[in-house]
Amino acid sequence: MLATLPYWGVSLIRILGGIVAVLLPAGSIVYIFLFKMMSFMQSRLGPMEAGPYGSMQLFAEVGKWLQKEDLAPDGADKRLFKMAPLIVLASTFLLVAVVPFGPDAWFTNFEAGVFYALAVSSVSVLGILMAGWSSANKYSLMGGLRAAGQLIAYELPMVLAVIGVVIQAGTMNLQQIVVKQNNDKIFGLHFLGNPYILTQFVGFIVFMIAVQAELTQTPFDMPIAESELVSGYMTEYSGFRFLIFFIGEFATAGVFALIASALFLGGWGVPFSWFGWHNIGDVANWMNVVGPLIMFVKMMIVVFLIMWVRFSFPRFREDQLQRFAWKVLIPIALANIMLTAILKVAF
Amino acid sequence: MAKPKVPGMFKGLGITFNTLVDTLKNGAATVQYPHEKESPPVRARGVIALREDNCTSCMLCARSCPDWCIYIEGHKELAPPRRAGGKPRGVNKLDRFDIDYALCMYCGICVEVCPFDALFWSPEYEYSEPKIADLLHDKTKLGEWMETVPEAPELESGALKGKK
Repeated sequence: MLATLPYWGVSLIRILGGIVAVLLPAGSIVYIFLFKMMSFMQSRLGPMEAGPYGSMQLFAEVGKWLQKEDLAPDGADKRLFKMAPLIVLASTFLLVAVVPFGPDAWFTNFEAGVFYALAVSSVSVLGILMAGWSSANKYSLMGGLRAAGQLIAYELPMVLAVIGVVIQAGTMNLQQIVVKQNNDKIFGLHFLGNPYILTQFVGFIVFMIAVQAELTQTPFDMPIAESELVSGYMTEYSGFRFLIFFIGEFATAGVFALIASALFLGGWGVPFSWFGWHNIGDVANWMNVVGPLIMFVKMMIVVFLIMWVRFSFPRFREDQLQRFAWKVLIPIALANIMLTAILKVAF
Repeated sequence: MAKPKVPGMFKGLGITFNTLVDTLKNGAATVQYPHEKESPPVRARGVIALREDNCTSCMLCARSCPDWCIYIEGHKELAPPRRAGGKPRGVNKLDRFDIDYALCMYCGICVEVCPFDALFWSPEYEYSEPKIADLLHDKTKLGEWMETVPEAPELESGALKGKK
């Protein structure tokens, strides 16, 4: 289908798809997990008034935020202050660009997709630091510095955890990684393909913990600790700039979950042996429609894990957080890389 | 057999997950307030009701009120004598008995201190007003709340022990 369209048509579809791929997960995550699941876990119902079962609550909230005044503190560095949330959101949009949703349903088919994703995900640190610094508020600055320390510390285990997958797949192209997982066999069995969660389970756990920290979700939420820092770097934001931070937080959660499902859970594919496919050229066209749905389901499962942990645990202390990253996660990830490399050479 | 020890981390995840399932199956512990109402406990401190006939304008409640939110005015009247040929009795008539619920802090000292059983706690709680001045309620309004005062609950067993 895509082949018959002119180049600009394809680009337009990909851009619209990218916006949908960021905003749709963000919206469903906020409604299903933040509004409903968190409430149910605390034995309450959550928003019930706006629309059936409160399903329109999110639109009500967005409307509320858009009405509010776009305030900036007197001492703030106005240009940086106004730019910061946009940078955070931009990194989310850049991140979704490498996620493959189907044999042809990708935004960009990068050879170095994994490398690009990990690099771009750290751009949001800049936005957060800018927000913290430019707010002219000591709480914001504390929050920004904590965020910088935390995000940089946890980027390392995340990168190292992904290296295991890259070694096993032998490619950095996310599309190729997905194809490999569905085309491979484990213990001579074709039936399941070989989703890397089976062979890279340690890597998956390390990756998920690091993602939890990268998203500043609760056991690792010192940067926005509302009881100590009054929401940290977001303290001074209101109106639609706060909304952008808010969307950015949950959209990034969705995109990281998409990347996690592409890296570890087999991505958009079904095991190719089910339909007798042998490589990506054999994959039927309808996978371009089913693939995104499979990705969405897998993303919801991964986000469920992230949110479940978020709603269950109290916050780490700052020193515990750093110690956990440097003394536990990074050694485990390094050991995982060594083991993977040895096994890769051995077999 | 002793249960195998589960690390606290997984126990915590289990608690939240079980609450999630329980809420989905049996409904939440909360009440959707404007649509359905919880009946407050019998001794709930909702609002103070006044039985006007019992009041003697003795001013004990007004004087003991820490917020000075009770306003009482009254005058003496002569009532006909109880027995034929007796002197007419002096009776205190209540002109005004207002409680300013904008000031009241629901300490209940007035209810405790009233020697004539004229003040009662009522569990009624829906009397908010858009204007703060409208929270000053007079004796007719306080008398209407008297209907919402529940019967005093039975004394607990052993409450009268040692009393003759």
